[in-house]
Amino acid sequence: MAKVLMKGNEAIGAAAIEAGCRYFFGYPITPQSELPEYMARELPKVGGVFLQAESEIAAINMVYGAAGAGARVMTSSSSPGISLKQEGISYIAGAELPCLIVNIMRGGPGLGSILPSQTDYFQATRGGGNGDYRLVVLAPSNVQELVDLVIEGFDIADQYRNPVMILGDGMIGQMMEPVELRKPKQRELPPKDWATDGTKDKRKPNIINSLYLAAEELEAHNQRLQEKYKKIMENEVKVESYNIEDADVVIAAYGTISRIAKTAISQLEKEGYKVGLIRPITLWPYPYDEFEKINDKCKGILTVEMNTGQMVDDVKIAVKGKFPVYFHGRTGGMVPTPDEIIDKVKKIYGGEI
Amino acid sequence: MILEDKRIRIIVGHYGSGKSEFSINYAVKLGQKKDKVVLVDLDIVNLYFRSREKEEELKKLGVKLIGSSIKGLGADLPAVSAEIYGPIQDESFDLVIDVGGDPVGARVLGMYSQYFTKGNYDMFFVLNANRPETQTVEKAMEYLKKIENASRLKVTGIVNNTHLLKSTTYKDVLKGQTLAEELSHQLNIPIKYVSALEHVAKDLPANLTGQIFPIKLYLREEWMV
Repeated sequence: MAKVLMKGNEAIGAAAIEAGCRYFFGYPITPQSELPEYMARELPKVGGVFLQAESEIAAINMVYGAAGAGARVMTSSSSPGISLKQEGISYIAGAELPCLIVNIMRGGPGLGSILPSQTDYFQATRGGGNGDYRLVVLAPSNVQELVDLVIEGFDIADQYRNPVMILGDGMIGQMMEPVELRKPKQRELPPKDWATDGTKDKRKPNIINSLYLAAEELEAHNQRLQEKYKKIMENEVKVESYNIEDADVVIAAYGTISRIAKTAISQLEKEGYKVGLIRPITLWPYPYDEFEKINDKCKGILTVEMNTGQMVDDVKIAVKGKFPVYFHGRTGGMVPTPDEIIDKVKKIYGGEI
Repeated sequence: MILEDKRIRIIVGHYGSGKSEFSINYAVKLGQKKDKVVLVDLDIVNLYFRSREKEEELKKLGVKLIGSSIKGLGADLPAVSAEIYGPIQDESFDLVIDVGGDPVGARVLGMYSQYFTKGNYDMFFVLNANRPETQTVEKAMEYLKKIENASRLKVTGIVNNTHLLKSTTYKDVLKGQTLAEELSHQLNIPIKYVSALEHVAKDLPANLTGQIFPIKLYLREEWMV
């Protein structure tokens, strides 16, 4: 297929339909509303259902129902709307149902602003809902990768019976870029023999539930979940890294910010600096092991985010105190510039911070 | 020639076709030749990448920008500025109106329709053959007609702005030209401009229908593709 030009939010919709998603339940919120708009227009053409729910809470519970019946289903929102969905997300994780949840992040806390941010890293990776659960969190840095991860995300969700979240900043949703729809590597997907799609008098009814009355049963359920999460940690880590074997400073950044970091790195290289990059593509499971490959002479790790310091905690866990960890962040919709990053790297080089 | 176009130039099209970049480039070129050039950002559809982000830069280039009456880039309110009525009515101004994408964006034009009469405005339809919704003549024609209906105005010229952002080649432009020619033929609307990045424009054959219009990208940051 030849490349076409698509806005991130539209591209998510096109990729989801390509992946076989036929159900979308959501509620509009800037800066992701092009996505429900796209689904409202396109899903009926392929025999699917688009439904604008009365609220985010209703939408996520419709996803719970559709996923329980075995459908490929998606919802999307932006930061405050994702906060509203947290109860449902916890139920879906507890009941082990596959679905795709898209968060195109805007400024916070509260209503914040409509401008881009990365302030929901904690919420996405540490669980905004209750209980010991995990979401697979995918963080694309361009629209092509966004499309690829949406398509693969549905497969990951089905393979592990687990909700998958696409975490993009507002820029990813709003940016136009050339894309093509392409299939990911084939995965062995288990049959959905747990789905509540009718017994046809041939089996006992399936029950979708996250309530356990007996302590032993809930503990056993949690242990099963943890074993599943361990498998995901072993199999599903995605990371891009650059020159970490040789770099004097390594930048850790994800999403749009990693691209600004790359621009800064190529400028710094022209001036003779050796700077590497670790770009987590999965934020959970986090690519902790990648940081082990950083050379011993590295002067420090600079984490750059569009928040006041969230992923930087995972970077500290990853380096285990071996290197100093520095942070540069902007908030409120202010996007860090390559020059700011260059300045910070030079200060680390010069021992000024 | 941009000086031969009507005093009021209205730029419409599907979102993603490149209306804002074309509008800014057009206004800047006009600003080099005329003293009182106003660029009106009527976009109530997009949130990011709007002409109004470049108010200061445009001022230095001789173009006055009128955006929303509500200041601040974080507003997605459909609020247009009353200031727009000035240059629409005062014939000493040259005006470029950057309209929001799609029929929904063009609907805003309806409130000014009493000031636009046949022959006193040009309305240019910006076409990008690399956008999925305007890849065929049928689809492009449908968009054009819907925009005309929503705005209650008539398209007077087609702008072939077929691109893939910074990875555009002359082949993209020529592909778009074939589409633009067919659209032009079917609707009897002339191709006015063939707009392309400066280095791409150099590779284009000189005999294309419509004036070759080299542009710079004002709204894409260095790190964007």
